[in-house]
Amino acid sequence: MNIHEYQAKELFQKYNVPTPGGSVAGTPEEALAAAQALAGKTIVVKAQIHAGGRGKGVFKNGFKGGVHLADSAEKAADLAKSMLGEVLVTHQTGEAGRLVNKVLIAEGVDIKKEYYLAVLVDRETKAPVIIASTEGGVDIEHVAEHHPEKIIHVGVHPLAGLQPYQIRTLASQLGFKGDQAKQFGVLLSNVYKLFLGADCSQVEINPLVETPEGRILALDAKFNFDDNALYRHPDIVAMRDTTEEDPREVAASEFNLNYIGLDGNIACLVNGAGLAMATMDIIQHFGGTPANFLDVGGGASKDQVIAAFKIILGDANVKGILVNIFGGIMDCDIIAQGIVAAAREVGLSLPLVVRLEGNNVAAGLATLNASGLKITSATTMAEGARKIVAEVKAAA
Amino acid sequence: MAILVNENTRILVQGITGAFGAKHAQLSLDYGTKLVAGVTPGKGGQTFEHHGHKVPIFDTVEEAARQTGATVSCIFVPPAFAGDAILEGVGAGLDLAVCITEGIPVMDMMRVRAAMTGSHTRLIGPNCPGLVTPGTGKDSHGGCRIGISPGYIHKRGNIGVVSRSGTLTYEAVWQLTSRGLGQSTCVGIGGDPINGTTHLDIIKMFNEDPQTEGIIMIGEIGGTNEEQAAEWVKQNCQKPMAGFIAGATAPPGRRMGHAGAIVSGGKGTAAAKQAAMEDAGIEIAATPSDMADALIRAMKR
Repeated sequence: MNIHEYQAKELFQKYNVPTPGGSVAGTPEEALAAAQALAGKTIVVKAQIHAGGRGKGVFKNGFKGGVHLADSAEKAADLAKSMLGEVLVTHQTGEAGRLVNKVLIAEGVDIKKEYYLAVLVDRETKAPVIIASTEGGVDIEHVAEHHPEKIIHVGVHPLAGLQPYQIRTLASQLGFKGDQAKQFGVLLSNVYKLFLGADCSQVEINPLVETPEGRILALDAKFNFDDNALYRHPDIVAMRDTTEEDPREVAASEFNLNYIGLDGNIACLVNGAGLAMATMDIIQHFGGTPANFLDVGGGASKDQVIAAFKIILGDANVKGILVNIFGGIMDCDIIAQGIVAAAREVGLSLPLVVRLEGNNVAAGLATLNASGLKITSATTMAEGARKIVAEVKAAA
Repeated sequence: MAILVNENTRILVQGITGAFGAKHAQLSLDYGTKLVAGVTPGKGGQTFEHHGHKVPIFDTVEEAARQTGATVSCIFVPPAFAGDAILEGVGAGLDLAVCITEGIPVMDMMRVRAAMTGSHTRLIGPNCPGLVTPGTGKDSHGGCRIGISPGYIHKRGNIGVVSRSGTLTYEAVWQLTSRGLGQSTCVGIGGDPINGTTHLDIIKMFNEDPQTEGIIMIGEIGGTNEEQAAEWVKQNCQKPMAGFIAGATAPPGRRMGHAGAIVSGGKGTAAAKQAAMEDAGIEIAATPSDMADALIRAMKR
């Protein structure tokens, strides 16, 4: 789940992580009030979409740039008016662009030096790790590759927590002294509280900045949340903006289906995440391109299969479907009946190959064959993948 | 022999009265597994009955283990309470806790793992299908089935299987059984980013196990677990191995169903894992249909 820049700023404010002032606006009037609250400071107006490249983006109404400086509150309101309700196209949005529903009115700050700071879950040590660098504002993976000595790693014990000495050591290694070291300590300690408190898998601040006046501020941030922990964070769930997501994935999530849209033309419907990934791989291996990842879970009920077919068929690129079910405990015949019922209900006309294996598979295949529908059956994954690739090519 | 569990292992089920736990407890009893106790707080004193089996239910794992001699737990407790359930098994001094639960928060698992430091208990999972040591009866009846795998697809034999994915494990096991190759033990280590037991832990056990003559390892994108296993295998493994990695076509930065199946910051790609495995002399299955055949090729080399 991704959140908007203004939501990240609100999380920082909630956890007392120093960040430039500002607030979100949904109308030019709100933008005016937000800008007036920043009286005497430089004002930046930023279009709120999840995609990057906003500064160089162009609105479909011709207005250029999703990030602008304003020298007065009135100018900020004017800029907000040019952005709100308009569609912004950037190099990350594709041609369709994204509708701008909100703008962030933020305090612009001068930068003396940029740093990098992140807290994330380290799979290897099974513990949180803090990563920091004096090389901020640039791609950290580039720094890690070319100047690994400039990346500082500090592991945190999951039960003992972040220790004061670790904060002091980090401040010293980043070159902070006196008041700046103190400010950095408060900031890091609060970022760590936020990381734990919101069940993040990653909080990345890039850049962390020191201003010419000596303030230490989190300027831009990226959050990743642990999906497994969202049940205990209704406030984070409320930040979800489904207009920013693939509509196919939004529909799938309503049916508790694990779906990820891809660019290919062969859809697949599979039970189990590992098998679903492997099914995408084998479609590609035999010369096709997968249209999606879809794990219907261990059961694959008739209602789920119907919902899954509808989502798959909502994708205009899809030219064929491969169903791959290993019915370990579930009766394959019940699964086959579900597939037949679903294919009938949605009036399926595209090529459909069903690979069934497992418990009572002979009866399941008989049900598919007796359905009168144009369903091709297969007994191995390789046979299923070869058949759907051939059928889609023949139909093209 | 086999690894971790055998037909004499006595197991208890935490969460035996929930619908999912009860169904799979029944299937394990049907398979002939020595399922000797259930644990559901507040339901101690009741009995779990199935086809003539009468399994006593206890309030705590400590009591269940003490009264029945169970040494292994299978956990079907909902995510919010699963961390506590694992540590209850650890506190009771069990040899093995197998956690089937999917969806445990990562923060909880980090704390559980840290709290387990120095303990005697091994954790398998979470978010895993469990493990099976097949028996000698019809459809491998009489073996030890812990978790949610279909028992009948197995066959007693000499191949060890270790995997992060449930259904891909079944796929590999079925391919082996269909070709007449039985299994020593099949272990699902789970699809979460932080788990109890790694590919390498299991491969080391297979390497030491006299019954195991060949090993299939099934991995997927995310983390570096497979690379670490391959590095050890290259120097130390005495047995032929085949491997498959799922997720070569997965887009970077997206979580593919399993919480741990994500390529981030260029790390955890299928290509890197396959290269490490090939370098270690592990025969790579080109497709998931090729897993058993890849092992047969490795055993003929």
